[in-house]
Amino acid sequence: MLNISKEANEGTLKIGLEGRLDTVTAPQLEDALKDSTDSVKELVFDLEKLEYISSAGLRVLLSMQKIMNKQGSMKIRGANENIMEIFEVTGFVDILTIEK
Amino acid sequence: MKEITVAADCDNLDKVTAMLEEYLDNAGAPVSAAMKISVALEEMFVNVAHYAYTDTDVPEEDRTVTVRFEDVQVNGSAGIKITLSDHGKPYDPLAKEDPDTTLSADVRPIGGLGIFMVKKSMDNVSYDNIDGFNTFSMEKAF
Repeated sequence: MLNISKEANEGTLKIGLEGRLDTVTAPQLEDALKDSTDSVKELVFDLEKLEYISSAGLRVLLSMQKIMNKQGSMKIRGANENIMEIFEVTGFVDILTIEK
Repeated sequence: MKEITVAADCDNLDKVTAMLEEYLDNAGAPVSAAMKISVALEEMFVNVAHYAYTDTDVPEEDRTVTVRFEDVQVNGSAGIKITLSDHGKPYDPLAKEDPDTTLSADVRPIGGLGIFMVKKSMDNVSYDNIDGFNTFSMEKAF
């Protein structure tokens, strides 16, 4: 299960994720992001309550990073140790902007 | 040992994952190992669900995947062995080339990470085609 919270403030969109970002839930995140990032200059993912991520979740993050590279910036916050390990193994630490 | 046979469909992922989590819980696996094992199972299960029976004449009701969980010793430590078998197209997931993880976001292809993550996070992985069954095994110490 994945809970998605959205907080838009001028050009900033903050997305909070809670639960699992996997094959089953990744399409929900894609839907939530669709059409809502058009005028966003800064996209922030708060992963503090995210417990699990698989390659399906990484795909969504990478495609958002590609979009945001063209129109602004993207940040990842609050990823736990297990999720950080996945970012490291896959080289995502080098392509995402990760804040503690 | 525990085993489950389900239709090779992503809708059954939750069922198989729940069985794994119960197994790991009973085995006393720590959370960090449990997540890696769970991700590995998802990647391999989804791979079978998406590709094994595509463009085959296997009837709908026979498009199944069997997942088995066993206790094993891995390099002298307690661990788990997970085996997935299907009778779809012969396909060795380990033959796939690893993605280039040093590319920048702009040029990096989306996808192709699943099997790579499995190889990196599990201790042993192997593929065999046994009597027409794709048989993929992976082991990890807790």
